[in-house]
Amino acid sequence: MGRMSAEFGLPGPTVLRRLAKAAHWLSTPLLPEDYLGLLDPLWSAEELRGRVEGVYRETADAATLVIRPGRGWSAHRPGQWVRIGVDIQGRRHWRTYSLSSPPERPDGCFTITVKAIPDGLVSNHLARRTAPGTIVRLAGPEGEFVVPEPPPPRLLFLTAGSGITPVMAILSSLLAGETPTGTGRSSAEASPAGAEAVHPKWPPVQERRALPDVVLVHSAPTPQDVIFGERLRHLAARSPYLRLYERHTRSAGRLRPADLAGLCPDWAQRSVWACGPAAMLDEVVAHWTGPEDRLHIEHFRPTVLTSGGEGGRVRFTKTGREADADGVTPLLTVGEDTGVLMPSGCRMGICHSCVGRLRSGRVRDLRTGQVHGEAGDLIQTCVSAAAGPIEIEL
Amino acid sequence: MPATSHLTRADVEEFGRELDKIREEVLASLGEQDARYIRGIISTQRKLELGGRVLLFASWLPPAWAAGTAALATAKILENMEIGHNVLHGQWDWMRDPKIHSTTWEWDSACPADLWKHSHNFVHHTWTNVLGKDRDIGYSALRISPEQQWHPVYLAQPFYNTLLALFFEYGIAIYDLELERIPSGQKSLKETMAQLRAVAGKIQRQIIKDYIAFPLLAGPAFLPVLLGNLTANLARNVWAHTIIFCGHFPEGAEVFTEDRLQGETRGEWYLRQLLGSCNIDGSRLFHIMSGNLSHQIEHHLFPDLPSNRYAEIAPRVRALCERFDLAYTSDSLARQTGSVWKRVLRLALPGPGQRPPAVTSPARKLKAVA
Repeated sequence: MGRMSAEFGLPGPTVLRRLAKAAHWLSTPLLPEDYLGLLDPLWSAEELRGRVEGVYRETADAATLVIRPGRGWSAHRPGQWVRIGVDIQGRRHWRTYSLSSPPERPDGCFTITVKAIPDGLVSNHLARRTAPGTIVRLAGPEGEFVVPEPPPPRLLFLTAGSGITPVMAILSSLLAGETPTGTGRSSAEASPAGAEAVHPKWPPVQERRALPDVVLVHSAPTPQDVIFGERLRHLAARSPYLRLYERHTRSAGRLRPADLAGLCPDWAQRSVWACGPAAMLDEVVAHWTGPEDRLHIEHFRPTVLTSGGEGGRVRFTKTGREADADGVTPLLTVGEDTGVLMPSGCRMGICHSCVGRLRSGRVRDLRTGQVHGEAGDLIQTCVSAAAGPIEIEL
Repeated sequence: MPATSHLTRADVEEFGRELDKIREEVLASLGEQDARYIRGIISTQRKLELGGRVLLFASWLPPAWAAGTAALATAKILENMEIGHNVLHGQWDWMRDPKIHSTTWEWDSACPADLWKHSHNFVHHTWTNVLGKDRDIGYSALRISPEQQWHPVYLAQPFYNTLLALFFEYGIAIYDLELERIPSGQKSLKETMAQLRAVAGKIQRQIIKDYIAFPLLAGPAFLPVLLGNLTANLARNVWAHTIIFCGHFPEGAEVFTEDRLQGETRGEWYLRQLLGSCNIDGSRLFHIMSGNLSHQIEHHLFPDLPSNRYAEIAPRVRALCERFDLAYTSDSLARQTGSVWKRVLRLALPGPGQRPPAVTSPARKLKAVA
């Protein structure tokens, strides 16, 4: 690449890198991109960002966001998730969402599909109150809920609710060569970004592999609640390789593992990918009789640690020390008593010399009694106590 | 007459609770508007800086030189005061944006942010105006309070205070090294050397940027660009020195003795911050250009509340002071600066006689009476 561009007299990546390094002498103590960001926030390489290019309603409470990632984004594998940082009321919140588009979108964008959950601050904001043009922070893609290459000959996807989102990306990619269709929205709402999202000529004809036999069993309360409903039905109608079974739980009741034998008699012989509520996943695991490595499970919401007025085990990840803490002793004191070199200052919550990054768990603000904290938050250790087990990067 | 002798212990704690209430109200109401404010200031500052530097490239035209230098000086003032100082205080940490955070921010100053955060946020803001504890009283170089013992070296302080104003950022960098703590062994030589290397590295980058890289880039305009950058830096230094000296050094600001710290309550801490600080009156633009250090009292009461909120809470703090019959020192920039320089000149000479020890803790007084 470098040699080629040099032949044509264009600056190669090495030259550009040197230029960027030289520009740092002009921008110090900031980075050149801090100034370039005034023109286009997506030019930041230090902080991966994305711009919301379009928002499309999928159901009454779910929407697909088309996001153009900035410099530094690497293509995802279908089924993976992305961490997304959203500013709400001035504060940044990070959440994880499955990517609902296949990586082959020619416009370089990806989509996430967000279902607003009751009292969900971020999901409601994304699904209902986010406008095109919004800049978000990104991290990822990550995740192991992916189909290997080449795919196994027979697959079963078991999904419920928004659990369909990673599977939509997988299906789009698996069946891409066969059914050139849009992204995850109905034709009625087809967007400029989505209409030709999957390149019709991908993969090239000569590389086409034998398509696997796919069964999708998806649960949703009503037909209208099925995210990507029209698209899935369309796919299933066109493709001899995809069998779709929709379970409308409001009329037919919840799907039980026992029902599966009727819907997909060979389900234990298939490779299974399951994504949905914890109760459903637990049942699937309990009834699975096939080999363990053929069952793939994706949890959407990690079990949240419940916390009363009690403390918990505190782990200082950088120094590897641990201690039991009660719910009223500042983490700063806990660390010092355990022999951790804690940064500290005023010890009264004003100077912010003592902050440490929270890796997991929640803390109690000793000034207000309020329990707060998300992974990645910077915590003032001098005025915070453990509210349950926590890990802090100190 | 100590300024708080009329208050009972309960009064002081009530005063503290009222201030806590203001603090909590502001914290609870932080949101979108505040975030937009700081991002707007940062964006304006960067555009001003870019604009100033571009204009300076055309500085063979005298008006371009003047405009470019003014824009750059303004940008540098905003960067140090309304942005740098306040971000490094953690005022914007609540946004959880690592790009605008006290632990990641670095500023356009000779002094590395980490060094400054320790000496300013911790030493100065915790021990505000306590003789022997707060190194900011005269910055270990000036006699700014009659309680400081006179020494012949202070005869030269009007002269070296002028120098300090011009090269303030370098003064702060050296001051933050706390060199005077080395002989007593309070600070190790090894630690100091490491900090010294950090300061030298920072100064090197700053000097290369303003006095070599940008002038070279300007080609034939090398000299005017260099002079423009120098002028902008000097203007920023003098402005910062002026505003900062008005914070604790004018007539009316009190100093305290170390015994006051023993068992100091939250209310007493608030009182000390109030009585040790002075405000400057001015317009909204003036407050922004001073980094809202013109609201020094509010800043010292609530050092980690976002600076854009100080103006809104100032009337409430003032009303509270009236209710408790406490001094709230505020005056114009000219008068406060005049007051500072009067002190610098007067205290260069020995005397005046010791004032009675300043405010003693009402709590202790109560005990003494009992």
